[in-house]
Amino acid sequence: MTAAADLSRRQLAWRAFRSNRLAFFSLCLLVLLVFVSLFAEFFAPYTPQERNRAYTDGAPMGITFTNADGGLSLAPMVVARVTERDPDTLRRVTVADPGERWPIEFFTRGESYSWFGLFDSDIHFFGVADGGYLHLFGTDRLGRDIFSRTLYAFRTSLSIGLASVVAAFVLGITVGGIAGYLGGFVDAAIMRVIEFLQSIPTLPLWLTVAAAVPREWTALQVYLVMTLILAMIGWTTLARRVRSRIIAMHSDEHILAARLGGNRPVRVFRKHMLPAFTGYLIVDLTLAFSTIVLAETALSFLGLGLREPVVSLGVLMLPAQSIAAIILTPWYLIPGFFVVAVVLLLNFIGDGVRDAADPSGY
Amino acid sequence: MLAFLGRRMIAAMIVMVAFSFVVFFLVQLPPGDFADVWAASRAAQGDTVTPDEVENIREAFGLNRPFVIQYADWMFSLLQGDLGFSFEFQKPVAHVLAERLPLTLAISFAALVIIYVVGVPLGIYSAVRQHKMVDYSATFIGYFGLATPNFLLALILVYLAQRWFGLSAGGIFSPEYLGQPWSWGKFWDMLSHLVIPVLVLGSAGTAAQVRTMRATMLDELSKPYVRAALATGKSPWQVVLKYPTRVAIIPIVSTLGWELTLVISGAPIVGIVLSLPDMGPVFLQSLIGQDMALAGVILLIYYLLVVIGTLISDLLLFWLDPRIRAGVESK
Repeated sequence: MTAAADLSRRQLAWRAFRSNRLAFFSLCLLVLLVFVSLFAEFFAPYTPQERNRAYTDGAPMGITFTNADGGLSLAPMVVARVTERDPDTLRRVTVADPGERWPIEFFTRGESYSWFGLFDSDIHFFGVADGGYLHLFGTDRLGRDIFSRTLYAFRTSLSIGLASVVAAFVLGITVGGIAGYLGGFVDAAIMRVIEFLQSIPTLPLWLTVAAAVPREWTALQVYLVMTLILAMIGWTTLARRVRSRIIAMHSDEHILAARLGGNRPVRVFRKHMLPAFTGYLIVDLTLAFSTIVLAETALSFLGLGLREPVVSLGVLMLPAQSIAAIILTPWYLIPGFFVVAVVLLLNFIGDGVRDAADPSGY
Repeated sequence: MLAFLGRRMIAAMIVMVAFSFVVFFLVQLPPGDFADVWAASRAAQGDTVTPDEVENIREAFGLNRPFVIQYADWMFSLLQGDLGFSFEFQKPVAHVLAERLPLTLAISFAALVIIYVVGVPLGIYSAVRQHKMVDYSATFIGYFGLATPNFLLALILVYLAQRWFGLSAGGIFSPEYLGQPWSWGKFWDMLSHLVIPVLVLGSAGTAAQVRTMRATMLDELSKPYVRAALATGKSPWQVVLKYPTRVAIIPIVSTLGWELTLVISGAPIVGIVLSLPDMGPVFLQSLIGQDMALAGVILLIYYLLVVIGTLISDLLLFWLDPRIRAGVESK
């Protein structure tokens, strides 16, 4: 191991972060999730709008390693399903057929897709041969595969969260920077506005703003407006953090030296102040990110956020609003656990960064 | 004391006016105004509406006046008790809300009580027994409490309640008690239906309280005065409850208003998911129907609750924290 004195600050922080097992594991898991959802077209066995009319509102299909005759096998399989008529009601019902298995194949051909318009393919990471189907998380009312939709939705939710966090970050740094740097009346005025915004119950407020979005807007326009609305939820904590750090640093010698050296305020702020509290900012960013993901899910779940055909985690759970749906088709809730997972991972990572950024821990 | 109370009251009034301004701005936000809505509904019935008629309506209701005048007018009628008319329900707003407000208040208040009654002792206990079983489980549950969206928790609890206890969640009465006169059975039935909403609303807040209380208690417990008190031979729990708790509880009380904000923030969603006859579902319906007269009043009521909560927390702090009392009296 290299001596601490030979390492840069960033390397030290990275080493401290690595030694925090929970935080490091969370980061790896999050990177994996992001990677899988980034290539959702490839990893998902189906496309989000593809319908399986033979298996609507179908329960999740578990993976099994036992053959039809009870013997073990190394290759994963799913129990086959057959559709038949109920003898009493004559309704079509789909039941498991324990005598048959559909083996899971890797790198199979399925519905063709285009990855961000860059390349076209029809190869999916896994799937079953024609004639069979595979729905790990079940299907929705229209027979769309919830597992595939969850992967796509995860990407949408993270991307809108990321866009909003960036917007909130820019807003927070600018406003907080101005307040802290100028001080006096400007500072007091900005702080009152922030306190006011923080004392408002945010969700009802943004629900109202979201409701004012015209119904006839396109999915892209709604997406952009939602980004702005979500950014409004997250920026106040960031602004406060930046301001308080700047005020604390105002009388530091290195800031005085930088100013006497003839640097302009923006440069002093960017080059001499910002690096000193980047660690804290990352913590706040991860927390803001998780709040924003939660808010997006809640808004979309209520039907006031993103709308079909865009799929986000909240949109996926929209049909689970009625109590009857939850009791009959509880697998509609599965996407929700991805929200919980993201928020937990972000919190653990944030805690890890906070400890790693603290120089007393090296 | 009176001067302090007076200053806080004035501050609360100012905040309320600011709130009402924001709310009125939002009420005005959707494109089109009442005249357009009226014209659209007439057209939907098959009547022909001339632009002149629309203009007349606009004139009659004063919709073409400047924003500030309209705001003053709206505020004035609100203060006189005229809350406006809801297109969505075809009823005066006051009638829509009269039956629903008490339930919202009851649930929010019960959730607040749960947050403090569970959160504070659990926080103290996990601080005193740091790195023990209860501490770890409380921290673990706390993380999940903060990470789970309220509505997801509500949905899961509904599912489990139905599966394990056969509870018909949703609404506040079981079908057999609907329309029945009040009785003990009906009362119990109502209480059993309120358990889930209160738990859901309280979960995130409780988790946050446990965290705060634990952190401040840990700070206090390591201070010399605690050791001095222990050295006098008092029993450990007596010492803990008498000295450090009193200091550690101050940040908890000072965030009461903020906690209320969180509860109020979550209330609409819980009401919607569990289809409670409180303000939540009405709020959503008014938003989806862009019935801004109703939505605005509901928003204002939520904000009024927050302002009252902040006022109460200020008064509690004044009573609890001698430093604030001294600061006020020396002025």
